Amino acid sequence: MQEKARVLDKDALNRSLMRIAHEILEKNKGTKDLCLIGIRNRGAHLAQRLRDCIEKIDQVKVPVGILDITLYRDDLTLIAAGPVVHKTEIDFDISDKNVVLVDDVLYTGRTVRAALDALIDFGRPKSIQLAVVVDRGHRELPIRADYAGKNIPTAQNESVEVRLEETDGKDEVVIVEKG
Amino acid sequence: MTWTRKDLLGIEELSREEIELILSTAESFKEVSTREIKKVPALRGKTVVNLFYEPSTRTRVSFEVAAKRLSADVIHIATETSSVRKGETLIDTGRNIEALKADIIVVRHNCSGAAAMLARHVNLSVVNAGDGWHEHPTQALLDIFTLKEKFGRITGLQVSIVGDIAHSRVARSNIWGLTKLGAKVMVCAPEILIPPGIEEMGASVTHDIDEALRHADCVNVLRMQFERDTEAAFPQQLEYFKQFGITQDRIRKAKKNILVMHPGPINRGIEISSEVADGHNSVILEQVTNGIAVRMSVLFLVAQANDQLEKHEDTH
Repeated sequence: MQEKARVLDKDALNRSLMRIAHEILEKNKGTKDLCLIGIRNRGAHLAQRLRDCIEKIDQVKVPVGILDITLYRDDLTLIAAGPVVHKTEIDFDISDKNVVLVDDVLYTGRTVRAALDALIDFGRPKSIQLAVVVDRGHRELPIRADYAGKNIPTAQNESVEVRLEETDGKDEVVIVEKG
Repeated sequence: MTWTRKDLLGIEELSREEIELILSTAESFKEVSTREIKKVPALRGKTVVNLFYEPSTRTRVSFEVAAKRLSADVIHIATETSSVRKGETLIDTGRNIEALKADIIVVRHNCSGAAAMLARHVNLSVVNAGDGWHEHPTQALLDIFTLKEKFGRITGLQVSIVGDIAHSRVARSNIWGLTKLGAKVMVCAPEILIPPGIEEMGASVTHDIDEALRHADCVNVLRMQFERDTEAAFPQQLEYFKQFGITQDRIRKAKKNILVMHPGPINRGIEISSEVADGHNSVILEQVTNGIAVRMSVLFLVAQANDQLEKHEDTH
């Protein structure tokens, strides 16, 4: 693993999140029936941050939930080590809500597919939208992001890491090359 | 920590970390049962066979519910109505189940070591749902899960197990698990129901129920198993209740927040009074709820490990 380029630093990441928050409010015409659900692990922290951004703009705290998709993956046996199952924490009803699903990187689309299946088991939202910090291409499923912090064309042998203070000690987005 | 065992046969062979992994995975699974749609697709396409050589309702139903909440298909074989009556051996039955392309056998058998023997002869996963007087790992895991949920820890807790220790796989599995996690275990029963060598497992022994309750954070009350051949050696049932029965009077003298557990089914008025079984110290029904989460965790982990194992063999 070799770090190739730093595409976003702390300030740029925060500006991206603030812009996404504005776009979410614009598209949904405010915070009515709006909720955010982050995909574990980093998506959960990003959803919290987006909530804070939305609160700064509209002075409303929208509900935030956390989704663990381990049990919905289609590639469990492809993962080398045993996957760790964490809790899903959605303590509000998502039926008839506009749900914004939040994740760090959109790549093949399989994580989002699993998240959609999981969400539908919790209720029938009015709509589900997708917000990601980075869209790196290489989709294997017909899935797209409604809000993207940055589109970064990448090669298959590269990977994009969104690092957050909560999980990694600092905020940045980097491209790394797999050795 | 990664789970690598294709089977769960007992608590004795597990490390502290393995036990903790089962418990933390179970915590996540507990939430699934609170959803409106109580089902996740984690074991979709897998087949779980319940193979029970002894009558059981709660363990069988608990495993069945657990498997179904993971989207597995479940088949139940009660040996009283199967080819076992025609003399088929356990291993032959196991191989036939394997030929059906099932993925997990949940087995209960009256012989100690039956689950382990079966596991050696089949490639599918085997989960021990109780073998003779040996072990009943998922019962101990759900007891420990409940204890941890209530106290937030296991280390330093004092747990007393009261009842027929000699013939109890629940007691053995609990002693292994609790001592590995740093709890102190005391067993309490009439002399004749204490098996030799129990102290080597790490438990202290008393014949005095008041002593067993005095410092206990939890008392696990075992069912008096009158259907097994203990009657001859056993004092009268009433006499037992008088000397060892868990009554409100005895609970009143114990720690205020003592937990009362029982693996069920309870014999009211024999090992426990109705007042205690239904009282606010009792977590007997919570144990049943937690049993599902723990068994989901176990089924999920062994299925994952076996998939990994097969994948590994395919590439070699």
